[in-house]
Amino acid sequence: MSNLLSEEKLQLLKEKSIESRKLVVHTVHNAGAGHIGGPMSAVDVLINLYFNEMNVNPEDARDENRDRFVLSKGHSAVALYTVLALKGYYPIKELDTFDSMDSRLQAHPDMNILPGLDMSTGSLGQGISAAVGMALGAKLKNLDFRTYCMIGDGESQEGQVWEAADVASKYKLDNLVVILDNNKLQQFGWGENYDEREVPVANPGERWKAFGWNVIEIDGHDHVEITKALSEARTVSGKPTIIVANTVKGKGVSFMENTHRWHSRVPTDEEFDNAVQELEAGV
Amino acid sequence: MRTLLSDKKVSMRDALSETILKLTQEDENVYVLDGDLATSTKIDIVANENPDKFLQMGIAEQNMMSAAAGLATTGIQPWTFTFAAFLAKRAIDQIQVQIAQPNLNVKMVGGYSGLLTGLTGKTHQALEDIAIFRSLANMVVLAPADATEVKKVMEFAHQYEGPVYIRLARDAYPTLFSDNYNFELGKAVTLKEGADVTIISTGTQTSRSLEAAEKLEAEGISVAVVHMPSIKPIDKEAIIKAAETTGAIVTAEEHSIIGGLGSAVAEVLVEEKPVPMLRVGVKDRNSESGPNEQMLEKYEISSNHVAQAVKEVLKKK
Repeated sequence: MSNLLSEEKLQLLKEKSIESRKLVVHTVHNAGAGHIGGPMSAVDVLINLYFNEMNVNPEDARDENRDRFVLSKGHSAVALYTVLALKGYYPIKELDTFDSMDSRLQAHPDMNILPGLDMSTGSLGQGISAAVGMALGAKLKNLDFRTYCMIGDGESQEGQVWEAADVASKYKLDNLVVILDNNKLQQFGWGENYDEREVPVANPGERWKAFGWNVIEIDGHDHVEITKALSEARTVSGKPTIIVANTVKGKGVSFMENTHRWHSRVPTDEEFDNAVQELEAGV
Repeated sequence: MRTLLSDKKVSMRDALSETILKLTQEDENVYVLDGDLATSTKIDIVANENPDKFLQMGIAEQNMMSAAAGLATTGIQPWTFTFAAFLAKRAIDQIQVQIAQPNLNVKMVGGYSGLLTGLTGKTHQALEDIAIFRSLANMVVLAPADATEVKKVMEFAHQYEGPVYIRLARDAYPTLFSDNYNFELGKAVTLKEGADVTIISTGTQTSRSLEAAEKLEAEGISVAVVHMPSIKPIDKEAIIKAAETTGAIVTAEEHSIIGGLGSAVAEVLVEEKPVPMLRVGVKDRNSESGPNEQMLEKYEISSNHVAQAVKEVLKKK
């Protein structure tokens, strides 16, 4: 076991990740809408950030010195909502309002109405730029908070991602960590046939290295590797870090895994029961 | 308050330059973001004289606007400078999702608005920016008419908490206001009284409207000129009062007739006080590069065109 992570902490992170996935499936099933594949691939990194890495306090969600998180792949909001609920920003019961009228849990994140959200996102490519602004702001104001941002591999087709990559590098934003949720599928994508799709962005690590970033590649479902990568990022100076987190779209439910069909499909009652069973069994 | 339409022309860009330098010197939270047009917009003065406050963001307007949103969440007041065309058309999704909707304290200064952009042509002109910006909830839209007013609206924007778009022009314009002029958000400024028709104008078109009014006066037509520096929020009361007192309105702007000041005024008139009205602006056309006077002529927004519209609207009374 890595000395960065106690056995108890590792166990907690694993349990919270299962809990989060169950809540994702529950929330989408309950709302009859929402994304599922991308949220499921993002869960372990999000849980690790909020329960291990970041300096945040639900009691003081606007503290100037808190670490910041921006979900640039805003369509995976439901995953973040489950993590924030588990962290105590609002009651878990509130997840049942997801996507309904007057809910604070909007289909795509709205920072004005939900405590714990540091930026409104949903239009792809924008969140990472806002995270660049936050990290730059910390430097200018001599604040020592760190900024974390998750982008998608599909999202990386947006040109703005690379504008942000360039500027972050120029300003030497070593207080910025971007995590690429590299689940290798986008909503529809392209490929020779319907079931075999090409990866949205090939060789992401090489691309980010070419932009001057510190690149760490990991298994994005392994809490030991996630913890090590986040810890290593803290030791790097003079450049931002990207963690290429290799993940599985739909992770944790066998019939949702590795298929673009579950990008934003709502489970039937039977599928919901099967999914919960598999997650509880810790598949 | 108003000086006469003087022969002395002062550059809006010089006023901008002096004002932004002062703001960066006086407020530790004011930072300037440049989309690599500093020598055109004249914010290079900050790079030269207060370099710690100058953030070069490169030729990447979308990233610049989203990054400004992120900066604003840390307590910084970002002032973003590029051409109006690139703000309103290239980065508008970023502005809407991350600045307007979250109501963040970002100041957006669009240089080179309108038609007269120094022979740059249609890619660098902005004839749609008022229409686009005023359709965004939370957005304040301002278009000053002279160098003094540029300074005043920038000082206002600095004090105001929330997103502000300021529409500026490239060239020098006659001085209309003295330094004791006081800009008020959502308030029109009556520059000339008159009985027959009111011209409601904004930005650079205000001095052309005054010129038109003076020509018409010589022909015996009594024309009021109401300058509208605040397009959003707009001064409804002033518009209704103008309709009541003169019974006919001409709007004038260096912008498309679709969605700009003319549309904003028409919206108020139609709902509150319908009177005959004509809009002077670019009539749903693409433009080109060319010398100023020829551009005003071809695209029908010269002072003569404003005067002509006044005569036509009189026939409808």
